[in-house]
Amino acid sequence: MTIISVLLILSCLWLLGSSRLHVAIRVVAIQGVLLGVLPLVRSMGKIGFGVGVLGLSTIISKGILLPWLMSACLRLSGIRKEIEPFVGFGPSLLCGTALLGLAVWIADRLQLTQAQVPQVLLISSFFAILAGLFLMVTRRKAIMQSLAYLVMENGVYGVGVSMSLDFPFIVELGILLDVFVGVFLMGNLLFHLDREFEHLDADKLTELSDLSKSTPVLDAAEENA
Amino acid sequence: MMLLLLTILLPAAAGTASYFIRPHRWRRLLWGTVAALHLALSITAVLTIQAPPLDHWIGMDSLSAIFLVLTSLLFLGATVYGIGYVAREPVAGQMDFEDGSLFKNEPESVFTGGLLLLLAAMSLAILSRHLALQWVAIEATTLASAPLIYYHQNRRSLEAAWKYLILCSVGIAVALLGIFFLRMTIQDGSHDLTLAALLERAGTLNHKWLSTAFIFMLVGYGTKMGLAPLHTWLPDAHSEAPSPVSAMLSGALLNCAFLGILRVQQICTAAGMASFGGDLLILFGLLSMGLAGAFILRQADYKRMLAYSSVEHMGILALGVGLGGLGLFGSFLHAVNHSIVKAMLFLTAGNILSRFHTKDTMKIQGVCDALPISGALWITGFLAVTGSPPFGTFISEFTILRAVLAQGRWATAVLYVLFLLLAFVGMTGIVLRMALGKSEVNRVREPLTAVLPPMVFAVLALLLGVYLPGPLADRLHEAAQLLGGVGR
Repeated sequence: MTIISVLLILSCLWLLGSSRLHVAIRVVAIQGVLLGVLPLVRSMGKIGFGVGVLGLSTIISKGILLPWLMSACLRLSGIRKEIEPFVGFGPSLLCGTALLGLAVWIADRLQLTQAQVPQVLLISSFFAILAGLFLMVTRRKAIMQSLAYLVMENGVYGVGVSMSLDFPFIVELGILLDVFVGVFLMGNLLFHLDREFEHLDADKLTELSDLSKSTPVLDAAEENA
Repeated sequence: MMLLLLTILLPAAAGTASYFIRPHRWRRLLWGTVAALHLALSITAVLTIQAPPLDHWIGMDSLSAIFLVLTSLLFLGATVYGIGYVAREPVAGQMDFEDGSLFKNEPESVFTGGLLLLLAAMSLAILSRHLALQWVAIEATTLASAPLIYYHQNRRSLEAAWKYLILCSVGIAVALLGIFFLRMTIQDGSHDLTLAALLERAGTLNHKWLSTAFIFMLVGYGTKMGLAPLHTWLPDAHSEAPSPVSAMLSGALLNCAFLGILRVQQICTAAGMASFGGDLLILFGLLSMGLAGAFILRQADYKRMLAYSSVEHMGILALGVGLGGLGLFGSFLHAVNHSIVKAMLFLTAGNILSRFHTKDTMKIQGVCDALPISGALWITGFLAVTGSPPFGTFISEFTILRAVLAQGRWATAVLYVLFLLLAFVGMTGIVLRMALGKSEVNRVREPLTAVLPPMVFAVLALLLGVYLPGPLADRLHEAAQLLGGVGR
């Protein structure tokens, strides 16, 4: 379980430092698989029906289906890289380490006394939540935002595991289904975004603002055309 | 129990079926039937079911009874309106009113299916007594409604749907974290997250964890409820969605998120921490009212104006609950009033939009001239939503003011009245300019399906101001007692 946690931390750092979107998708896919394995490892040996189904469906949905959908979006739009994020990749990594420190501090403050779960899983889960939020506000591409949401959701899931929550099976499955459908819908909207705006820059979605009355979206579209 | 399950499963099944039914006539028939049946089911359930069984995941207490019937009622109204709406709205490509670009509506089956699934998810959110199950349901409402916001497949609705999906999903993820923390409040014994189990051992819950959980859930569900400063997606989503959807979003869906916050406040109250959550709710409430008032004042789009008014009213609800005591009764009564009035206003706004083809308030005048019924409804709705007597909103807003004064919170009272006045002034200018004068479009006969639902809601809003029916008053009273309040 410690190995999984460390890999989770490394994958988040990788996401923070990488500009290639298809790499980012693959890293998120790896995270999905890691999280799918997590409940199997936790229940050590005696894998029940529920745990098995849950782990397997996590791997299939977060590790295979959603990354596949995202890659399809990426291929269609033809973008490769996250260009000019609001915070550069170097500084992002730096912020990442700071966030890691914050995660350690939070996990320390919480003082969970769950003997069978290592503290490092809690740390890595909080780190994933913070990194997800950070990616969401600092990256321009809409596709990156949906990946960031997935990372954050992975972190929340990890926190659940580290607190050794025993939600009823049906509820766990419901949570997973919600996340899956959510990201699926995001992917669906991404297709439309690409068609309508010919770009996937979420920061240019400012037509509906009460603070600025100009219409930068239209201007941007004209530039592209 | 069976009855309650049916209120969830019936719309869920019908919603799924809607995607596959080809002939429009059959699908619309199914839609109307389910809406009517749902209202009948929920009223029967409210009348027959007494106390919720303790260990069940699905059950009904007075609080959920109020919200369930309210949701059903609004859905029936939106259905009658919506069936006429989809029949008039062409699916083929058409010009965008605002920026002249071409757009195409989503297939009608997606619209009907989405609305029915939204009803199912809302019913589950209202009836679930397991907090994690409630989370699943509230997130499901977001997912069911996002395609509805994107019904007109144009740029603005796309932007609105994207923001809605991202912001609400992130917010709700925070709420899930809060639910995890709630589990940590239980120090020994089974970690059952049903409401009954939590309330039963409220005395032994760990206060530090409970306060953390409350903050996370308030921020999470507060995003979905549209409390400032987490409301930024709301004006976009509610103004870009088709009008019957806007009516459901503002009138019914916000209440579901509100219920999520109410449940955790209920636990806090039982654990003796009512004032901790209360103070936060008062703060968020006043902030929402103030911010919404400011944005209403300089609003150029009447559907956005209505959306900001929803933010304002969510602030009032939060304030009332935060006060506790009499405020709870006022808040729940206000939830009923606001839902009815706001649904009516959004439906009327839809009539205006389909006739005048613009959402710009400056370009519209003479609504009363061109659409006599909708014009009258527009002015009636404006008076009701700003809390003028003799409408029900006046009574509930006044009840909350009494609760503020009874607690001697003078600063809160001054701000509350000030913000209400701000919204009143802001809306007066916009609504009256739109309603009066000579219109440039010709007078037409309005279709019955477009004016009947808002008319019924208008009558209800007026009736609630004059007379509060006994059974409803009892339910409100009991609901207030659930959170430690006193009635009337």
